[in-house]
Amino acid sequence: MEIIESGIGEMIQPPDIEGFREWNRTHKSRKLVDKRMSEQEAISQFVYDGCYIGTELYGTVRCPMSLSRELVRQGKKDLRVCGQGVLELDLWMAAGLVKKLDITYIGLEVYGTSGALRRAVESGQITTCVEWSNGSISWRMKATAMGVPFLPTRSMLGTDMIKYSSAKVVEDPFTGLKVCLLPALILDVAIIHVHRADRYGNAQIDGITGFGAEMARAAKRLIISTEEIIPTEEIRKFPDHTIIPYYLVDAVVHAPFGSHPGEMAYIYGRDEPVIKEWVESSKTAEGAQAYLDKYVYGVKNHQEYLELIGDQRLAQLVEEREKRV
Amino acid sequence: MTEYTYSKTELMICVAARLFEDGSTAFIGTGIPMLAAMLAAKTIAPNLVPVFEFGGVGAILDDLPLAVGEARTFHKGLAAAGICELMETAQRGFIDYGFLGGAQIDPYGNLNSVTIGEHDHPKARLPGSGGGNDVGSQCWKTVAIMQHDKRRFVEKVDFITTPGYLDGVGGRENAGLPAGSGPINVVSTLALMDYDVGRGGSYRMRLSATHPGVSVQEVVDNTGFELIIPEHVPVNEPPSDEELRLLREEIDPQRFYI
Repeated sequence: MEIIESGIGEMIQPPDIEGFREWNRTHKSRKLVDKRMSEQEAISQFVYDGCYIGTELYGTVRCPMSLSRELVRQGKKDLRVCGQGVLELDLWMAAGLVKKLDITYIGLEVYGTSGALRRAVESGQITTCVEWSNGSISWRMKATAMGVPFLPTRSMLGTDMIKYSSAKVVEDPFTGLKVCLLPALILDVAIIHVHRADRYGNAQIDGITGFGAEMARAAKRLIISTEEIIPTEEIRKFPDHTIIPYYLVDAVVHAPFGSHPGEMAYIYGRDEPVIKEWVESSKTAEGAQAYLDKYVYGVKNHQEYLELIGDQRLAQLVEEREKRV
Repeated sequence: MTEYTYSKTELMICVAARLFEDGSTAFIGTGIPMLAAMLAAKTIAPNLVPVFEFGGVGAILDDLPLAVGEARTFHKGLAAAGICELMETAQRGFIDYGFLGGAQIDPYGNLNSVTIGEHDHPKARLPGSGGGNDVGSQCWKTVAIMQHDKRRFVEKVDFITTPGYLDGVGGRENAGLPAGSGPINVVSTLALMDYDVGRGGSYRMRLSATHPGVSVQEVVDNTGFELIIPEHVPVNEPPSDEELRLLREEIDPQRFYI
């Protein structure tokens, strides 16, 4: 196949699909073992300086915020990060922990651009930004999930997205169409927040699934945080609800309100005042630091964080959730 | 001077809402496109099937979503899927429209949402493509909704994030983008634009109609490239009382956007 165009973006993590197979053979247990642990244990055991890491979904929606805050407390640094972010990656960037980005979107949605991203990139603290669309990055994970080194797509073509990515354009040998080849994306660590899981890591998600299924299958290590831990008998009653089977999972962390200040479909809504507090604070580096001091460094763990938010407020967020009808 | 009882943003949303087609599927980007989709669903397009990139299909948009993945994007929906499923649905030709925003647009409808200045040493780092590139590549028809000024309507965008007609005639086909797809309209705070497409067309942006109270010259003065100006330029209908009521009382009562 003739290569028509090659992106000049750095291949932040090589698509070593053979190595990934071997990893899955040697490092991932097929046994049903209890993987419950604390957030401190999960982050310290599986996240390391310089690792290539991703979170799902994003900041204000079913996002592993409690684990993201714990990662900041432990100061895991020089992270190579993939994906989109609204609040979670903002916290990491504000804490100076991110070095390279396979970026799709980092912003504050309704509240505009991310000050933390701007400062980190424009100052050169983040050395590398490789550009992808949301579809492309998800398909890169899907390639890994399929166990193949790349997937073709008709996104990215003709734009600067190709140039500043590590994708390639080739002529399809079957139809002659130009297609963009997306290299498989293999994460060292993935962190996903779910509605329910059992002690072994069999996990269920309600509502939209984002790129949870793909990311779970594209990671060497997978930490699940869950609103609720349920008996395996419940999993076995509805096996069709298992979107992430146990053998993909390395750690199960019980984290009620784990997506706060973001929402969790059918359980609780967004905490707008806390989100707005970040939006305002993060306009300056000093403000961002003050927020981190209050909501991240100022508490020992997720339990203390929830005490800081308060039962009354949490009950209100449950009241304000988007109800299933 | 005439006293207007609505803002430029409200007018832009109303004009955008009128472009929705009843019974069609439409990818809705974050922000203003969400308000336009809600207004359309409550007026001319009750059977609109809004699609949100993280998985929501066919939601009843009772409340304004503040995020493209939040529960309101699949409230009373027809399906709650995932991002691959919906981008693949667009890739196989099932999504009729895409409604998008952007920081910069050029005469061919190419959009920038990545960087201002040089990519590796940007003057300003913007959020990135998100689903924008996919929507502009894969949907049949895309509509951009933007503030209108010379910094945004530029001869050449600093970074092509979302493909319009790229470099003009045959640009999309040469790049390998799906045949027959492309931008159809831009709705701005000053006017409605379309493109000079079809046989012998230049594929450049063309003024289609001005907003009430805005002169053709004002549009030209606020556009950083040569806009095609037809001989006859109609004026868009101002927002109706009902459109304004829906926007202010039902769609964005907390005034996140309007």
